[in-house]
Amino acid sequence: MTMINNTSINKDDSSLVMAHMWVAFVSLFVGGLMGLLQTLVRSGTLTLPFGIGYYQILTVHGVILALVLTTFFIIGFQFSLMSKTVGMSNKQRDSAWFGFWIMLFGTVTTAVTILLGKASVLYTFYAPLKAYPTFYIGLALVVVGSWIGCFTNFRQLYVWKKKHKGEKSPLLAFMVVINMLLWFIATLGVAATVLIQFIPWSLGMVDTINVLVSRTLFWYFGHPLVYFWLLPAYMAWYAIIPKIIGGKIFSDSLARLSFVLFLMFSIPVGFHHQLTEPGIDPVWKFIQVVLTFMVIIPSLLTAFSMFATFEITGRKKGYTGLFGWIKGLPWKDVRFFAPMVGMIAFIPAGTGGIINASNQMNQVVHNTIWVTGHFHLTVGTTVILTFFGISYWLIPALTGRKLTAKINTLGLIQTIVWAFGMSIMSGSMHIAGLLGAPRRSSYSTYGGTEQASEWIGYQIGQAIGGSILFIGIILMVYIFINMVFLAPKGHEEFPLAEVSDDAEPTPMFLENWKLWIGITVALILFAYTIPFIDIIQHSPPGSPGFDMLIR
Amino acid sequence: MHLHKYEKLWLIFGVSSLIVFLTVLGIGAFYKGMHPPSHLATIDPQNVEAHEAFKEENLGLRQLDEDKYIVSVIASAFNYNLGKDEDGASVNNIRIPVGSTVVFQVTTTDVVHGFQLAGTNVNMMVEPGYISSLETEFNKPGTYTLLCNEYCGTGHHYMAATVEVYQP
Repeated sequence: MTMINNTSINKDDSSLVMAHMWVAFVSLFVGGLMGLLQTLVRSGTLTLPFGIGYYQILTVHGVILALVLTTFFIIGFQFSLMSKTVGMSNKQRDSAWFGFWIMLFGTVTTAVTILLGKASVLYTFYAPLKAYPTFYIGLALVVVGSWIGCFTNFRQLYVWKKKHKGEKSPLLAFMVVINMLLWFIATLGVAATVLIQFIPWSLGMVDTINVLVSRTLFWYFGHPLVYFWLLPAYMAWYAIIPKIIGGKIFSDSLARLSFVLFLMFSIPVGFHHQLTEPGIDPVWKFIQVVLTFMVIIPSLLTAFSMFATFEITGRKKGYTGLFGWIKGLPWKDVRFFAPMVGMIAFIPAGTGGIINASNQMNQVVHNTIWVTGHFHLTVGTTVILTFFGISYWLIPALTGRKLTAKINTLGLIQTIVWAFGMSIMSGSMHIAGLLGAPRRSSYSTYGGTEQASEWIGYQIGQAIGGSILFIGIILMVYIFINMVFLAPKGHEEFPLAEVSDDAEPTPMFLENWKLWIGITVALILFAYTIPFIDIIQHSPPGSPGFDMLIR
Repeated sequence: MHLHKYEKLWLIFGVSSLIVFLTVLGIGAFYKGMHPPSHLATIDPQNVEAHEAFKEENLGLRQLDEDKYIVSVIASAFNYNLGKDEDGASVNNIRIPVGSTVVFQVTTTDVVHGFQLAGTNVNMMVEPGYISSLETEFNKPGTYTLLCNEYCGTGHHYMAATVEVYQP
């Protein structure tokens, strides 16, 4: 009954995933080009033609990379994992396609609004700057489309569990469901502010908006958003890379435990993005800072598991000595090398994150370009290099082609180009930020102060780094096109790792969904109920919209 | 659930460092009173002049005591209103003697702005409906750039002034 084909998952599912990948890679190119233009403008060497605004391209850059590229890649990748581990029925595939088209329609609606210059409000769209209503409506559709993806994934695991009573769910399916639960709970906040506050206000149905409420709802979503980006990278680290390096998963239960902890501690923490804001009680800010730091525990678990896998695998291959096992890792295999460089970048990236969230210390770096440098290491290096690392086997596995030795080498070069360009760009951003240079600002001499003149050199550094990164993007887009159209036909492995024989059996309580969701909701209610009521009770008069300031 | 012996050591070390770290932050915040700026006072954003601090004549620098000053600022796109000088021109530079304690109180009449004095710890969000406030001590002479670090519209990057800390 099986049709002969080279794809690693069935053809219909492959088409679904590839549709998501197309949107992701087109976004990578467009968003990357905008990033390049920004660094050139900021260095003082370029003026944008045709009346295009700096803040317009900054809005495109943020929306298309942080919201569109990530969401489409992640949902597509997760569908491939679900298809591989628990399968996908025709009905489920239809609903997945339905979600995809809604997200795409929303994306196009928002993109057109930005390109017409009516929504230069950046991807955080802080009120009371007011965009044209279709900007918010488009974003709402992206979220709604992604919810269809969520419920499709939930349904897939549910159906599998019913057929496999008493068995633990496949590790990757468990991880996908955790990430989608996290996404669903988090997006309730942004959906609430967009549907209840922004859309009626931008349509003129109400005159004013409650600014602090909208910001609080946004950041209730904004922090778990970054974990929604990170967890798919962790899926690859935990359950795919061990296979690529010829090893096994160190411990199934620790992997699940760390995902559960991420679910619990990534949401009740949004105030650490609002530390320098008026109107929020500093005691609650501190409580959320403490909760923020709880994610360090699953991060430590992950670091340990990864390096344990690396060391055990290296030693099994016969490499000895304290660090000799490092030689046993396949450094010339881009499927390992790219995510590994991403992992190494997570050391400075995570350290910077700890600094940012450190309560009063946030004042030193808040809204300086240090923060931009920080998230270009986290999402722009750790996450994206892991996503590239996934693409090198996923795309050929979906298109029924092979990752050739040539493309493997080009991928190694791409990774090095990326790491080099990012070190220069992010490094310059970190230093300039410590000297006080602000983020989200076009080229300015600030009235000719000496301080501002010191920043220019670092802004030129950012342009150099940004240009190198753009070369990296061109390479990656070429690699994508090669893997879709040009590479020879063949069978590319979909690498799923097995759990080590030495690992202890996984206790069943790790699949007690009611318990984990219950604790997550309880923590959110604890962290937000009192301060949120406080914010509403002590609200100042609302703000009318300001749409002329962005034209 | 089983944990490897080294993993236990690793986690004990990590979690203990975390506890020490958070304790230090907590002591800084609650015992030393170094909270991040979290002023709770509200104001009508469309009528800020009704508030004593933001009346035309009270804007800019005022001396309260021998070495204590207050600076009241109205932020709006794309300008910080620091009051007027004797000739009636807008003030764009504030001069403060070194060693002074200064309270900044800032509000906005339109959108969200930032209030950052580059090279110092003066850095806070300014949001419509709220008064942002923080106190600082200037111990190092020099010219500091006051700038808006939250996007507020097309002219956002032109929103700037200077604070000059001088040796009297």
